[in-house]
Amino acid sequence: MSQTLFDQIWNQHVIAGEPGQPQLLYVDLHLVHEVTSPQPFDGLRTSNRRLRRPDLTFATMDHNVPTKNLESVQDEMSRLQMATLEKNCQEFGVDLASVGDEDQGIVHVVGPELGLTQPGKVIVCGDSHTATHGAFGAIAFGIGTSEVEHVMATQTIWQVKPKTMGIKVTGHLPANTYAKDLIMALIAKYGVSFGTGYAIEFFGETIENLSMPERMTICNMCIEAGSKTGMVQPDQTTFDYLAGRKRAPKDMEKAKEVWSQLKTDDEVAFDRLIEFDVSDLKPMVTWGTNPGMAMAVDEKTPAISNSDDQAAYDYIGLHPGMAAEEIPLDYIFIGSCTNSRYEDLVEAAKIMKGKHLAANITAWIVPGSRAIRNRAMKDGLAQIFLDAGCQWREPGCSACLAMNEDKIPAGKHAASTSNRNFVGRQGKGSKTHLASPAMVAAAGIAGHFVDITKIHDTAEAAMGV
Amino acid sequence: MQSFVKEVGRAAVIDANSVNTDLILPKQFLKNILKTGFGKYLFWDWRYLADGQKNPDFVLNQKDHQGVSILITGDNFGSGSSREHAVWALTDFGFRAVIAGSFSDIFYMNATKNGLLPIVLPKADRDILMTVAADEAITIDLVNQDVAMDDRHFHFDINPQWKEKFLKGEDDIDLTMKYADQIQAYEDQRQALV
Repeated sequence: MSQTLFDQIWNQHVIAGEPGQPQLLYVDLHLVHEVTSPQPFDGLRTSNRRLRRPDLTFATMDHNVPTKNLESVQDEMSRLQMATLEKNCQEFGVDLASVGDEDQGIVHVVGPELGLTQPGKVIVCGDSHTATHGAFGAIAFGIGTSEVEHVMATQTIWQVKPKTMGIKVTGHLPANTYAKDLIMALIAKYGVSFGTGYAIEFFGETIENLSMPERMTICNMCIEAGSKTGMVQPDQTTFDYLAGRKRAPKDMEKAKEVWSQLKTDDEVAFDRLIEFDVSDLKPMVTWGTNPGMAMAVDEKTPAISNSDDQAAYDYIGLHPGMAAEEIPLDYIFIGSCTNSRYEDLVEAAKIMKGKHLAANITAWIVPGSRAIRNRAMKDGLAQIFLDAGCQWREPGCSACLAMNEDKIPAGKHAASTSNRNFVGRQGKGSKTHLASPAMVAAAGIAGHFVDITKIHDTAEAAMGV
Repeated sequence: MQSFVKEVGRAAVIDANSVNTDLILPKQFLKNILKTGFGKYLFWDWRYLADGQKNPDFVLNQKDHQGVSILITGDNFGSGSSREHAVWALTDFGFRAVIAGSFSDIFYMNATKNGLLPIVLPKADRDILMTVAADEAITIDLVNQDVAMDDRHFHFDINPQWKEKFLKGEDDIDLTMKYADQIQAYEDQRQALV
């Protein structure tokens, strides 16, 4: 019987339990951060348990860390949470990339960057955007705090196997549209819970042509479609990305041989199959309070069709029939585990080069890791943002969830490259509009959203291209 | 974990879809390093007005809804962030069960670790349950997988292993420790790439 990539990796990790019932899976990599780990470490201590495999556990700090100035005063609780992680990692022998360390950054950015994220692994983390790591052909999903403690104590996790969904993506991504637009358009079309109960695999020519950062952006937002795991079959692009990274296998030939076996035999093996053509994809923008409330940049905000729409309009302060250009903006945020990678910054910098922010805009550029930050400072990317009037920050989750000081003030609108436009997500009363890094950068320059397919057309026409 | 066999309690209705974990417990309350005391922050942005006063229109602030233990709501409850703090806030407030059209996968698992019974019922059933009066009791009988209001009964499904866990109030780690030999055997044959 044909099986999917997900089935294959799942079956390789089952220790106990029957299909259809909870099964005990082995965990190859447990990523830990400061917010969802204090209680589990404490649980181990009070039960007198050890952390079974420190060598398969890696910790960093991201949710709470300051991005303005590493020394800047944190509130007491944030400081305590960070200090607690330091202490716990020391006590239980876990590798920690702490604030200021060269390997520190958003956990879903540094895992891949260090080469810890690899094909065929089962990867968990107490964070819902763990789906990001599935871009490498791993089963990666977010878990709750009780599950974190369970993994620490046993290196295993109980899960009922989800159904599988194949999303076959075809067509050439039009100019000025990105992986971010692809996943946003999918969620706009199918809703915020179409993936619930499913593990998603993206495949097809469009996906094969995407870089690893682009694949990560897509898998990252599977949770916004309701699925806790998204994945892509590993291929040469995956192997090339991993080769030579600090924690990747040294024997890449052997690794490639093993990883090349990982694949879906036949698309009939999926429980559900969706086909999605991107040939007519447009840059996307959210107008409401969940990621499904999105429109193409050349569309108008939709009519009110239910009480959820009404509540969203009431909160965000827009009304049906508005153009994206008419959404008032005060802030732009380029960052988060969705879009803070070097390649994302490059797209934003292309738009901002030689230009300056509009007078009404405050801009925060927050690289996903120290490695990205250092690279961008070395090669001039950071200077482009600074010259444009942006604030160039230290790495962390920052205004994606605004747990640190980076809060969008109440009533203010932000164009954001992050993943959630929930009520109060970027600060109490903040109003978020999700989009790609290029769209957000262009909005910063213009002072409002613009259709970047048009400015590029004009620029190219002027240059006689 | 606290066991769940039967609950007879009054209910609160939040008739909205996709009530996410940011709404259930906003991030500013995730900084606590303990598991307790989150109930006072539950549904913070709905419960409190900008000036810090309680919002009199919100169901959990209404006098006749004090002491409720069952929440009835829409589809996709608990979506978004994986924060188990959202479940801790619900249980600390006094909720024992949530009846929804569907739950996010991560929230569902978190609920099963904390004795908060997640019950999936179709809209037609929930529409009837949502007419519950403030002083009216709903009975949830896990053994028979039945929700009852007056003489109306609604059957719900639950995985037998999760059901067993709820009934016994079992701790997962203790359960898993029974598989120590299998875990060791798996590790022994596991080939890590180097």
